[in-house]
Amino acid sequence: MPLIEVRDLSRVYDLDSGRVTALGGVSLDIEAGELVAVMGPSGSGKSTFMNLVGCLDRPTGGHYRLDDVAVETLSSDGLAALRNRKLGFVFQQFNLLPRVDACANVELPMVYAGLDGKTRRERALNALARVGLADRAHHRPMQLSGGQQQRVAIARALVNQPRLLLADEPTGALDSRTALEILALFQDLNREGVTVVLVTHDAEVARHARRVVRFRDGHVIADTRQEPADARAALAAQDTATPLPEAAE
Amino acid sequence: MSLLEAIRSALSAIGANALRSALTMLGIIIGVAAVIAMVAIGSGARERVDSQIKSLGANLAIIQAGNVTQGGVRLGAGASSTLTDEDAKAVAAEVEDVVASASVITTRAQAVYAGTNWSTTITATDLDFFTAREWGLAEGRLFEPEELRRGEIVAIIGQTVAKNLFGESDPLGQMFRIRNVPFKVIGVMAGKGQSALGQDQDDVIFVPLDTGRRRIIGRNYARDRSVQTIMVKFASEAAIAPGIEQTRALLRQRHRLVEDQDDDFIVRNLTEIANTATAAASTLSWLLAAVAGVSLLVGGIGIMNIMLVSVTERTREIGLRLAVGARQRDVLSQFLIEATTLATIGGAVGIALGIGAATGIARFAGWPFVISPQTILVAVGVSGLIGVFFGFYPARQAARLDPIEALRRE
Repeated sequence: MPLIEVRDLSRVYDLDSGRVTALGGVSLDIEAGELVAVMGPSGSGKSTFMNLVGCLDRPTGGHYRLDDVAVETLSSDGLAALRNRKLGFVFQQFNLLPRVDACANVELPMVYAGLDGKTRRERALNALARVGLADRAHHRPMQLSGGQQQRVAIARALVNQPRLLLADEPTGALDSRTALEILALFQDLNREGVTVVLVTHDAEVARHARRVVRFRDGHVIADTRQEPADARAALAAQDTATPLPEAAE
Repeated sequence: MSLLEAIRSALSAIGANALRSALTMLGIIIGVAAVIAMVAIGSGARERVDSQIKSLGANLAIIQAGNVTQGGVRLGAGASSTLTDEDAKAVAAEVEDVVASASVITTRAQAVYAGTNWSTTITATDLDFFTAREWGLAEGRLFEPEELRRGEIVAIIGQTVAKNLFGESDPLGQMFRIRNVPFKVIGVMAGKGQSALGQDQDDVIFVPLDTGRRRIIGRNYARDRSVQTIMVKFASEAAIAPGIEQTRALLRQRHRLVEDQDDDFIVRNLTEIANTATAAASTLSWLLAAVAGVSLLVGGIGIMNIMLVSVTERTREIGLRLAVGARQRDVLSQFLIEATTLATIGGAVGIALGIGAATGIARFAGWPFVISPQTILVAVGVSGLIGVFFGFYPARQAARLDPIEALRRE
């Protein structure tokens, strides 16, 4: 049984200017353990698809089962619980709370899961260690680099041990080297068994996924499998091929 | 999230915009301060009236002799001796709801005891006086009816006189002199403290009415039955006004005053005098109440305004919270707690300021003030409720945000 089972899923907006079909009957399965890139230009429906899969929006037609739960039957509180327990979100703009430190940011989903402070602290530190930021737990977002902030956001997405990690343009705000590091982290997590869906318009990012689903005009136009590029190997190659800028001077 | 954590996170949100938060609280601060000052001064004034009435004796009217016009010159109260102890007895007998009607003559004289002397007030009166004033003995006894009738030279002394004349020794049964007349102490009154005007009420010697007239003032009792004042105690507050009317009619009749003649006495309702003393304090109370009401309203609107701004500023944060699993009611309670915390801190500062203001006003105007724990609880409760009431709309706006829209907002 697939982790994500989407059948004829559609989303139609009723605007003043008329009805706009953002997603027109999409059917798709994603198995547990996959690393899928969802691609398409803006307006292709990939963001709408991502919002529906992320239980942030309700479809106007079709069916969606996440981990064998019929999502369209759930109440607003039920959707919140599903997002809390089964989904982890990573955003382009990181969306960290600026006033609190990395650890408190990572704790946030557990706050809404109703865990006590001690358990939260423990698990948050573990999650930060997993993304390589054990020594930055008590830094505020402002004191961290973009790449580090995105790692904190990934730790936050992982901390409730979700079934699915949903990343919306996770490298969009990062330079190419940092982007590669984040992709390497996603690949590491995927190897450890985390299912990852990457939404991107960047073919360079999509290269690192084993499966690529392309959207256009609210429909899936291609669903292909490929041998993914290894981000960690690319990083290692960069380190040997091009010396660091300091060394070059 | 536990309430404690929620409050801590609210405090950090408030602290993040410290100046803005402080300005927002200003309305609540002023409002609560005004409430505290109002209640403190209002209840202080009430307490003072209560203690006045208590020390005076409740439901009292005082009839003073005087107010006689001689050849177009109006002499003031007490200028002539038109009242007699027979008037007092007639009032007791004929006016409805009279509990006591005491004849009183007061003078000042020097009391002498074994080398010490003390100038004090001598009050010549009868047993009704002690009933009217609701004043009991510390030791000894009151006058016997026989002593009053015969005008015996016995005295009951106040605490201050006991202390100054007799020191540590027991005054009961001792002899002392007033104007060379030896008096025997038969009783010592219980302490009464200061009067409303700050006089020491315990600095007094009571002697039987006729004893005072004959032995101290030196009047001929057979020819002169006059008294300075008659103190009338009524059964209830409601009985005072009709009782005074009846008394006036009775005395006019007894003094044979014709229709267009003025009263040759003055009747004063002491309870009424005490009550009018609160008028000024209560006017101030109402003024403060108006200030409080307006400030609390403005303060509440200020909180609503700043919370709406805060919701707009933190739209992305709200979107993120919803995305990671916050339910609508989690977001609602977060912002409600924040508004309530803001209002309650304002309330706490307001209480401190209010106590300060009440102390200042009380000192400046010479009013007493009372701050009760209930007042403070009510003030905290009211400010909290304002937070909930005015915070609800912004909090609901926050809770109803669409997470997708919220996350997309810059």
